Amino acid sequence: MTALRASLMRIRGLLRKEMLQVRRDPSSILLALVMPLLLLFLFGYGVSLNPNHVPVAVVASDTGAAARELAARFALSPYFVPLSVKTLNQAEELLKEKKVDAIIHIHENFSADLLTRGGAPVQVIINGVDANRARLLQGYTQGVVQTWVAQEQRRGVLPAGSAAVVVLPRIWFNEANESRNFLVPGLMVLIMTLIGTLLTALVIAREWERGTMEAILVTPVRVFELILGKTLPYFFLGLSGLGLTVAGGVLLFAVPLRGSLLLFMLLASIFLLASLGFGLAISAAVRVQFVAAQIAVIAGFLPAFFLSGLLFDLESTPLPIQLVSHIIPARYFVEICHTLFLAGNIGPVLWSATWPLVVMAIVFFTVVRRKLSGKRLE
Amino acid sequence: MKTTEVVLQASALGKSFSRKGKAPVIALDALSLRVKAGAVTGLVGPDGAGKTTLLRLAAGLLLPDAGSISVLGLDSASQAIEIQSRIGYMPQQFGLYQDLSVQENLELYADLQAVPLSLRPSRFAELLQMTGLGDFQKRRAGALSGGMKQKLGLACSLIKKPRMLLLDEPTVGVDPVSRRDLWQIVYKMVADEGIGVLMATSYLDEADRCAEVVVLYEGRKLAEGTPAEFRDKLKGRVFTLTPPAGGPPPRLLQTHLAGQPGIIDVMIRSGRVRCVVEAELAARLKSGHSELFPAAAYDKIELSEPSFEDAFMALVPKADLRPKNAASLSPEPDPVPGAVSRRDEIMVSAHNLTKNFGAFTAVREISFEVGKGEIFGLLGPNGAGKSTTFRMLCGLLKVSGGEVQVAGRDLRRAGSRARAQLGYMAQVFSLYRQLPVRSNLEFYGRAYGLSGARLRQRINWALDEFHLRGREESPAGLLPAGYRQRLAMATALLHEPAILFLDEPTSGADPLARREFWLRISGFAAQGVTVVVTTHFMEEAEYCDRLLIMSRGTELVQGAPAAIRRLAQSPENPEPTVEDAFIVLAEGRLPAAAPTGAQGVES
Repeated sequence: MTALRASLMRIRGLLRKEMLQVRRDPSSILLALVMPLLLLFLFGYGVSLNPNHVPVAVVASDTGAAARELAARFALSPYFVPLSVKTLNQAEELLKEKKVDAIIHIHENFSADLLTRGGAPVQVIINGVDANRARLLQGYTQGVVQTWVAQEQRRGVLPAGSAAVVVLPRIWFNEANESRNFLVPGLMVLIMTLIGTLLTALVIAREWERGTMEAILVTPVRVFELILGKTLPYFFLGLSGLGLTVAGGVLLFAVPLRGSLLLFMLLASIFLLASLGFGLAISAAVRVQFVAAQIAVIAGFLPAFFLSGLLFDLESTPLPIQLVSHIIPARYFVEICHTLFLAGNIGPVLWSATWPLVVMAIVFFTVVRRKLSGKRLE
Repeated sequence: MKTTEVVLQASALGKSFSRKGKAPVIALDALSLRVKAGAVTGLVGPDGAGKTTLLRLAAGLLLPDAGSISVLGLDSASQAIEIQSRIGYMPQQFGLYQDLSVQENLELYADLQAVPLSLRPSRFAELLQMTGLGDFQKRRAGALSGGMKQKLGLACSLIKKPRMLLLDEPTVGVDPVSRRDLWQIVYKMVADEGIGVLMATSYLDEADRCAEVVVLYEGRKLAEGTPAEFRDKLKGRVFTLTPPAGGPPPRLLQTHLAGQPGIIDVMIRSGRVRCVVEAELAARLKSGHSELFPAAAYDKIELSEPSFEDAFMALVPKADLRPKNAASLSPEPDPVPGAVSRRDEIMVSAHNLTKNFGAFTAVREISFEVGKGEIFGLLGPNGAGKSTTFRMLCGLLKVSGGEVQVAGRDLRRAGSRARAQLGYMAQVFSLYRQLPVRSNLEFYGRAYGLSGARLRQRINWALDEFHLRGREESPAGLLPAGYRQRLAMATALLHEPAILFLDEPTSGADPLARREFWLRISGFAAQGVTVVVTTHFMEEAEYCDRLLIMSRGTELVQGAPAAIRRLAQSPENPEPTVEDAFIVLAEGRLPAAAPTGAQGVES
């Protein structure tokens, strides 16, 4: 028998064992397939911290005094960090690339209309991926404009009593301004983390606890076969859980999927690998289910919940937390989900979120390989 | 010649494990050893002797710090994979996949060992036949009895006809019938295939079944040789005393002799007291006199054939473990008060006790009574329902049927006053590991309502009685296993309970610790404490006044050890042990005249 055939036989044995176990152990099925649906239904409206220092693009097509003054108001507000842009096109690009969260567009006839007609509109385009945040931003812009108008009226520049400036808000990417559209794609992140990290960490720790790992290690199985035997079943389990959530989200809650499904599945696979790698690394280091579960929850699940931008807008968190969020795989996948579901196939955004995941997956699997090398018990 | 082929060779092997902030533990120290093909080599030694470490090093699961170990001529450090495809290894906690069926477990290990598909049907059939698991192919491993699990584990490690077999305590907690079957399988492999077997065991009687024995102690080799060589060293130094018929139980004599100068070991075997003595004392005994042996305490004293166990006890160094409470025969003229149990005062009674977990009946209609000052044993292999019965007695588990009374009350309804009358020692170490010995004692003392001078007095008593002086401040979790056991027992006894419940107190303890434990129990019983104890060691039945043997939730037999032993008496086996009786009962080979289990056997 050739070495390759023996190796394939061992992998087959491990895979079959793992699948039989998953099938017969209701807890893995619960975690992988029932939990996603439960979360999908239970997820209410998320909480968002009040955003500040929001980057906005200000397109002042008008160079009149009133327009300049209004633009300056945005600079003075603690809520905004305005970025002057020449054309609306440029601003839209910035919005798509998530460099700014909103566009304040002051029309070329703003000052003239204000003086001659006694009123003029200001166009505000807001990134509505995070529905809550979008609502708040809308309120802030309105506030800035109205304060300015009130002052001008007191100074007598503008006629009193009239609604001189009308804010015309428009919300992009999530026109319905539905929290759901923002939360459901985020849910995918939680589900994949649950299956990838928690389930994997648990099942291997269980093998240590029950002594099966020792029995397996003493067979001529190779380390990569062992890793493959653990990775593949949970990889597919994770993908099915994900498929279920995507289908549920799109069919039940009518969440739009603007990007390509194929691309989404590909990027999700990369995230899943990083997540699985993390779970494997935990269980290679810790051999007690309880501890493995604790670590998986504290280092995997909770950060995916709170520090990934899924619930809270990362840009309104303190700098240290923002820095920490960069080592959390979930953060990148949240970005991928939001982009692909609500915006579309936007290359630069997707790429910048994908390569850190690739790096993390490689790092985690290297750790696992190292930890198990030689198949020693120590 | 095949038998001279060496299948395992260790030379100057050393291995230590580092611990955080403390000196490393030396598991093996300059150990040299050879294992031959075509024979079973036994590896015996107390806990922590390094048996498991040696087997793991041989299997390539650990790397040696010093020296080397080779298996089948392959170095275990650099050629682990090659070794692993040629040996069978059965870890202590054998890793069967509980959710997988017998057949699926076999297939998994066949895949992992890359056994060609064409060879499998015949190999599986052979193994299933050998282990008697043929009828259970589709059953999940988790639903097998303890003995069947071990047999399946052995079958899995034999799947590829290994050339060497490493077995780590394969028979622990297994019922005697399965234990015998396991040995038969191993012998068959040795005879048919000429493989070499290295088997660690904590059952000293199993060493007699090995061709060669290696005794490990604290990581070093203490002795090696054939069991006969070990036994020969003790010829003329083993005596058996027959207690007078109708007199006090033999354990009183045993307790009296334990730890006396010149006495190496003393135990009860088949109702008689067997002792191993120093050569000098042996000479005096042969000439017919010793002040150590009060003439009234026994009818007969005779020289016996030594066993491996005797030799082991003589080899292994031991501290003075003689409990302070040891009951004495002399100088008191009468038997110690309370030594003869008073059956008229019933302390614990169970009537038709039944427990169901869903559709599974863990305990079925168990009935017994325990009198004051009696030691009552619940014996049976793992999974027989002992612990379930026990928890119902203590009021920790609701009964599904039947009645329980402890000190005249039902503990599930009675208040804390009734509970204060009993002491309980759980199977798993249930003290606070981070707290020092003294704090544990204080906490449990207070929990049982002791305080002030009384508490101090009892704690001092416990520290002296259980030899815990000097360790008052060390955290309970860091105590050596034997001391942990003592501390657990001390906390159960702080409030001077009238009834003591001990759940598997000797499980996982080495032979030395087990002896010490039983001496203590005898002492407390002599003081009038009622003791109910569970164990899976059949030979420990001898320390009980009466016992109930359970198997798969039902009673096999109940009665005094002597009466139970008699069930297995036959012309071929004139002096059977309780273990022999278990095998006879479990196989339904009851002698026609013997009473049935349900009615019990009274002495």
